[in-house]
Amino acid sequence: MRGIAPKDSPWPPAQPTEPPILLRTSKLVKVYRADGVTVEAVRGVDIELGIGEFVAIMGPSGSGKSTLLHVLGGLEPATSGEIWLRGQRVDGLSTAAWAILRRQHIGFVFQFFNLLSNMTVADNVELPALLAGATPRQARKRREELLTELGISDKADAAPARLSGGEQQRVALARALANEPSVLLADEPTGNLDSSNTRDVLRLLRRAHDGGQAILMVTHDARVASLADRVINLFDGMVADDAKIVPIPRTMNGVADVLELRG
Amino acid sequence: MRQPLLALLAKEPAHGYELKLALEQTFGEAYPSPNIGQIYVTLKRLEQDGLVRSEDVEQTTRPNKRVYALTPAGREALRAWVGEPSDGPRVRDEFFIKLILAPMAGLADRMELMNSQRRHYLGIMRNLTELQAEADPADAPARLLIEGAILHLQADLDWLQRCQEELV
Repeated sequence: MRGIAPKDSPWPPAQPTEPPILLRTSKLVKVYRADGVTVEAVRGVDIELGIGEFVAIMGPSGSGKSTLLHVLGGLEPATSGEIWLRGQRVDGLSTAAWAILRRQHIGFVFQFFNLLSNMTVADNVELPALLAGATPRQARKRREELLTELGISDKADAAPARLSGGEQQRVALARALANEPSVLLADEPTGNLDSSNTRDVLRLLRRAHDGGQAILMVTHDARVASLADRVINLFDGMVADDAKIVPIPRTMNGVADVLELRG
Repeated sequence: MRQPLLALLAKEPAHGYELKLALEQTFGEAYPSPNIGQIYVTLKRLEQDGLVRSEDVEQTTRPNKRVYALTPAGREALRAWVGEPSDGPRVRDEFFIKLILAPMAGLADRMELMNSQRRHYLGIMRNLTELQAEADPADAPARLLIEGAILHLQADLDWLQRCQEELV
């Protein structure tokens, strides 16, 4: 899984030191105001993501999970509070500075893939690397590696619309990983997939994580969340629970913990 | 345990250990292996009820083994079992009763109860997703059993979330 794992690379340029905490928020707040109506979507959230850690964010709809992820990725500005990425405070950055930060350090995967429909699969995956300053040769090499690993190298010249949902999400994953981001932010990455494609995308996320990729993922699907090292439960815009997943000892439990076969 | 043993014996006579192996092979590793003692006790009761009969079969190199076969009454009981509708889904009422009653008695905080229950479910879910990844793709009964358990657990978690939305 060499290509998916973050590794030494000429681009983006490596920073001299890695802080132990990759991403951290302090008293983060996001308030929407429109037509005199105020909605407090995120209300004082303190979370941390360690280097190489895989954390899932769960919670009811309207609990603020997606908003939190968007604010962390700079897609929407925070109302107040702090966001620290790689030891640098980033909540006050301009839109342009966020764009550069995302290019270099943040990969995004969305529920509805958000691929550029007028470009081929290959161009979709190469674009972020080219924007970040890679040479066309480097971008192509990285794209070939990723598409091969994700099992869609034969789709390089296709238009995204010709692909199945599962294939489109793999392309989106390849695009998100193209610049070897410090953190992968995933917003319901399996929300629009059937169970077999869900399993494939999960397997790929797991492999990326095994290769050292830090992942922060919003999901309502407990199967997906169970792969994470830790699960944060959001409720009403606040952290209700934040705990490592501790597997129940395998010796005694299997399906019988859940299903009682009668007869 | 009674009906699965009758069902296996409807196919062909067998001794206790063969029945244990057949259950394990059919349902795969996901389901805990039945205890051999439990199988023998069940067979004995089935025999007392007239649903199976047994005979000792001599073996040249080993001790005799007791082979069980279905009786006509056993076949009738099996047919009745197969024909009747099965129980619908069961909810986890024990946790729900705790959730409702314990805070009323001042014994626990609802949010804490729900958080610890969710952690427990997620721990089981981790095991199940790992079992699913390891399961033999050719073994449909085992795969479907794991998938059924996952879907039930997902429903338990969804229900827990509904409780959180309404009760906190």
